[in-house]
Amino acid sequence: MSEPKMTSLQRVLTTLGHEEPDRVPLFLLLTMHGAKELGLSIKDYFSKGEYVAEGQLRLLEKYGHDCLYSFFYAPVEIEAWGGEVLYQDDGPPNSGQPFITDPSAISKLKIPDVKETPALAKVLEATRLMKKEIGDKAPIIGVVMSPFSLPVMQTGFDAYLEMIYKDRPLFNSLMEINEAFCVKWANAQLEAGATAICYFDPLSSPTIIPRELYLQTGYHVAKRTISRINGATATHMASGRALPIIADLTATKTAAVGISAAENIGEVKEACRGKLTVLGNLNGIEMIHWDRAEVKAAVQNAIAGAASGGGFILSDNHGEIPYQVPDEVLLAISEAVNHFGNYPLDWLVKDDD
Amino acid sequence: MPEIVDNFKNALLSSDEEGASAILDQYLLKHTPLQFVEEIVVKTLDDIGSGWENGDYALSQVYMSGRICEALLDRALPDQSGQRWHKPKMAIALLSDYHSLGKKIVYSVMRAGGFQLVDYGRVEVEELVARVTEDRLEVIMISVLMLSSALQVKEVVRRLSPRSDNLKIVVGGAPFRLDRQLWQEVGADAVGYTASDALHIASSLQGGKADE
Ligand code: B12
Repeated sequence: MSEPKMTSLQRVLTTLGHEEPDRVPLFLLLTMHGAKELGLSIKDYFSKGEYVAEGQLRLLEKYGHDCLYSFFYAPVEIEAWGGEVLYQDDGPPNSGQPFITDPSAISKLKIPDVKETPALAKVLEATRLMKKEIGDKAPIIGVVMSPFSLPVMQTGFDAYLEMIYKDRPLFNSLMEINEAFCVKWANAQLEAGATAICYFDPLSSPTIIPRELYLQTGYHVAKRTISRINGATATHMASGRALPIIADLTATKTAAVGISAAENIGEVKEACRGKLTVLGNLNGIEMIHWDRAEVKAAVQNAIAGAASGGGFILSDNHGEIPYQVPDEVLLAISEAVNHFGNYPLDWLVKDDD
Repeated sequence: MPEIVDNFKNALLSSDEEGASAILDQYLLKHTPLQFVEEIVVKTLDDIGSGWENGDYALSQVYMSGRICEALLDRALPDQSGQRWHKPKMAIALLSDYHSLGKKIVYSVMRAGGFQLVDYGRVEVEELVARVTEDRLEVIMISVLMLSSALQVKEVVRRLSPRSDNLKIVVGGAPFRLDRQLWQEVGADAVGYTASDALHIASSLQGGKADE
């Protein structure tokens, strides 16, 4: 194999500019696998920024993919508001009982101090340590929950759906608070060294709410929030569908979209071409039992559907690869990208003939 | 007749509780509540469920529809009315997971479909096995959202299968939707990809109809 012509960062920036880099960039969005590398439990691993920084650097070295991922787990933001986080041995931590139990609590919410709150400070620490090591060689991807999706963990899913449908004033006041927090949290990560922010917003996906409702709610939230984030964002549907709202997402000024394994990647690509970079869409759950032939087929299929002209980053469909996915599968994905992902995509042209 | 089904479906999709309620009142002038369930509710919830599977409708619509129908049916067909289907003997549980929305939706849809089932709430393997055995269930519906919870079903199956050969273990939730082999890997008897699948599964296992 020849020496790569570009650094990971150059590769990613080129594709985000809708041009073809030297090869398809690969984001292995691993969160918990760093714990295995360090021989720690998931809970211990996430207790210190230095562990996560070290874990991410080792994973980058091991798999030769194209980013560092400073995401710990979604409920880190719930911890910051004083909510409960429940660890498990073989999966990501989950949020516990919703901490907003009655509507009057919303007006009394205090936005956490993003730099002082321990749960968030450890993420910033990890980001700074990664940046110190990696410099400009590879991008660091930070994560925020969108102000529109966060309430699922703040109030509980059913209560939140009822609020969206039945109590718009209350919804608006919660959004105002969450937007202020989200902007501060995203900008603190950028300041600590994150290159771009992944804006997790599955509630906006047509899998979860109809587009008409999205246009009244999550769309405006995203527009306002993204315009105040001082860096590029990728909006992730966390394996919800994206195709019906691609034009709307583009209008929020986000740079990329994480799509579902349930949609046709080629179709999504055509809707996005030249405007929005496609991130996706290997099925992380199925990945657990993939053999080499299945890895090869999945990687080829994604590249064939979305890589032409740049504007494509290969990754999983959720923005987090399950703990149970074996190292061999991850290595095989990386090998397949090195094999099929080199531009120009000659094998693809030949196949088409 | 199809017009009323259409109107009812549109009322549910736009979460129009009053509209849906007016349709029920109108219908009850000439029909029984059980006919409403069989002819209209089940069919509509089924359409909305498969529409979600195909990407035509959103989860919030599935949720609101289930809730509205459940409330309508609680009014028209109270638990004690003797018209609900009590067979097979079943319960639903959220296994080792903190995400209760899926269970809640399935529970609503099942009740809206005229079925009676016990809600075990959130349980760990140990408690689930004990309760299923003690209650001599014929069907246990298990809902999960996390993959690690889905994998716990294996343990439930391992511990329950020697004890109860009449028992059917039905699973559902996001990991099963994303990996269509997973239900077999964990050893379940059946899987549902939407809440309305639960209705079909229950109907197909149904020994007897409404208590007379
Ligand atoms: C919206 C969403 C979020 C939101 C809200 C999540 C929540 N509920 O708290 C946010 C952004 C907060 C989020 C965060 C996380 N998420 Co998330 N999220 C989703 C998404 C897009 C939808 C989840 C959802 O709640 N759906 C609604 C429920 C009701 O749907 P359902 O379970 O499928 O149920 C339906 C059917 O399956 C059926 N059904 C359900 N049960 C049963 C039972 C029976 C018997 C039958 C017949 C039918 C049936 O009926 C229901 C209605 O039709 C899914 C991906 C997806 N495409 O589904 C990921 C997903 C659930 N998330 C996932 C994960 C991992 C997380 C995080 C742990 C990530 C992290 N590291 O922090 C966090 C944890 C959040 C927390 N609560 O602590 C994974 C879980 C699987 C896994 N890898 O372990 C999923 C599946 C994504 C993926 N592709 O891997 N997430």
